[in-house]
Amino acid sequence: MIEIKNVSFSYGDTPVLKNISFNVGSSESVVVMGPSGSGKSTILRLILGLECPQSGEICVDGLNICNLKEKEKQEIRKKIGMVFQDGALFDSMSVWENVGFYLLEHTKLSLEEVGKRAVEMLGFVGLDAKEIMNKLPEQLSGGMQRRVAIGRSLLSTAPKAMLYDEPTTGLDPQSTENVLELIDKLNKERDIATIVVTHEIVDAIGFAGRFIIIIDGQIAFDGSLEELRDSKNLDVLQFLAPFRLSFNEVLKRDFFNYT
Amino acid sequence: MIIALFRRPFYFAETKEQMYLIGIGSLYLVILTGIFAGQGFALAFSNELADFGAKDYLGRIMTIAIVRELGPVLAALMIAARVAAGITAEIGAMKSSNQLNALLSFGIDPIQKLAVPRLLALIVMVPVLTIFCDVIALFGGYIIAVFLAHVSGTMYFAAVKERLIFGNLFIGILKPIVFSFVIAFIACYKGFYSEGGTKGVGKATTESVVLSSIIILVVNFFITKMASSFLKGYL
Ligand SMILES: Nc1ncnc2c1ncn2[C@@H]1O[C@H](COP(=O)(O)OP(=O)(O)OP(=O)(O)O)[C@@H](O)[C@H]1O
Ligand SMILES: [Mg+2]
Repeated sequence: MIEIKNVSFSYGDTPVLKNISFNVGSSESVVVMGPSGSGKSTILRLILGLECPQSGEICVDGLNICNLKEKEKQEIRKKIGMVFQDGALFDSMSVWENVGFYLLEHTKLSLEEVGKRAVEMLGFVGLDAKEIMNKLPEQLSGGMQRRVAIGRSLLSTAPKAMLYDEPTTGLDPQSTENVLELIDKLNKERDIATIVVTHEIVDAIGFAGRFIIIIDGQIAFDGSLEELRDSKNLDVLQFLAPFRLSFNEVLKRDFFNYT
Repeated sequence: MIIALFRRPFYFAETKEQMYLIGIGSLYLVILTGIFAGQGFALAFSNELADFGAKDYLGRIMTIAIVRELGPVLAALMIAARVAAGITAEIGAMKSSNQLNALLSFGIDPIQKLAVPRLLALIVMVPVLTIFCDVIALFGGYIIAVFLAHVSGTMYFAAVKERLIFGNLFIGILKPIVFSFVIAFIACYKGFYSEGGTKGVGKATTESVVLSSIIILVVNFFITKMASSFLKGYL
């Protein structure tokens, strides 16, 4: 579904990504981690074709997105849902218009129908629809905005891939669990290729089959949870060190659960 | 942007909303401008004309000056100050808060969604507002003519009517249409290419107003210049 081949990218003179390659299959779920500023969000921007790499190529559904015409890019983007790190809600639209945005733009559904689905979706991401649907995004708390943003990207006709940029940062534990369950459920039930960028490794362990760690714009690790645990790569060990305790705890818990 | 004008989808609701915002929102500004500019102009000229005993010409001079020059330029400058600033600030703020990327991620072309409705609304509204400005300014001239310059009202309007000929009206409508493109292009461009967060948006907004005002004045000069050669027989 998503193929990244030898991609290098820099903003002006500052190199951000250095020769990165990985593929994500059409029902695969991948967690991308790495220190702040390592280029994680940039990867997602590249996949959407919002930027183009200086070398290497990015193919979505077999098409190199940077070689496409604007109209064709739009078609591809309709199939990819993206949750931006800062939410990027449309601040002049009400909450329900934000959530129903895709349907309002790309389908002929009536306003009532879109409203109904938006309300459902707000409930789905754990928000009290009645209370907030007619508010503006700025009237919501940060965590609520984030969930509206997630709802907005989920409420499209049939996404083939979802990109989440730190979907759980700043959420309380209950909401975090809801959002992660949601991501997991969508990935498994609807076969949506999923990339989750997160700092919360403990949360990620729950559902991801595969972990990619980006350090300084390079892939420092790409593999399963077991491989991650056993990794002897110094950079990876250093990156994981702060998480080690909770990481082990979760691993133990999971192993107890399974055995 | 011109090509986008003819591409689908066309955002009707956005265009209507912008027309309302630009048209109704700028009306009071244009009316105030028209009335005071018209009165000031009439006052200055009525004294001058009186010296030559040619006060009856006031209506003619007013018409030519206002319909051809003052009306279009003043209205466009006022609209540029208000609307260009608004458009640049709005698009710039959307850019700096990632909303333009969000639009793109939904497979939507921001030019189609944001720039085209604003351009169309301006193409319709700048001429309409200019006509308002003209009418009000001529009426302002009438007040001065009757109450201060002691020109008879019928005389004034007869002179006005005499100069409302094709050439003058054509220039008077052509200019605002051209100015609407100037305002829309510069305002949208400055918004889409603003950089550097809130401060950048502020800078882009200022530049957008300054640049569009200057270009309006320059373009105005060239239209007048060309009109005087192409429309010779009609002026
Ligand atoms: N628009 C931009 N212009 C110039 N440099 C940028 C831009 N956006 C990001 N960068 C730089 O690119 C690098 C990678 O940024 P990116 O947003 O991908 O990091 P990240 O891994 O997502 O970090 P975080 O975990 O903090 O979100 C950073 O060093 C940043 O300074
Ligand atoms: Mg990031």
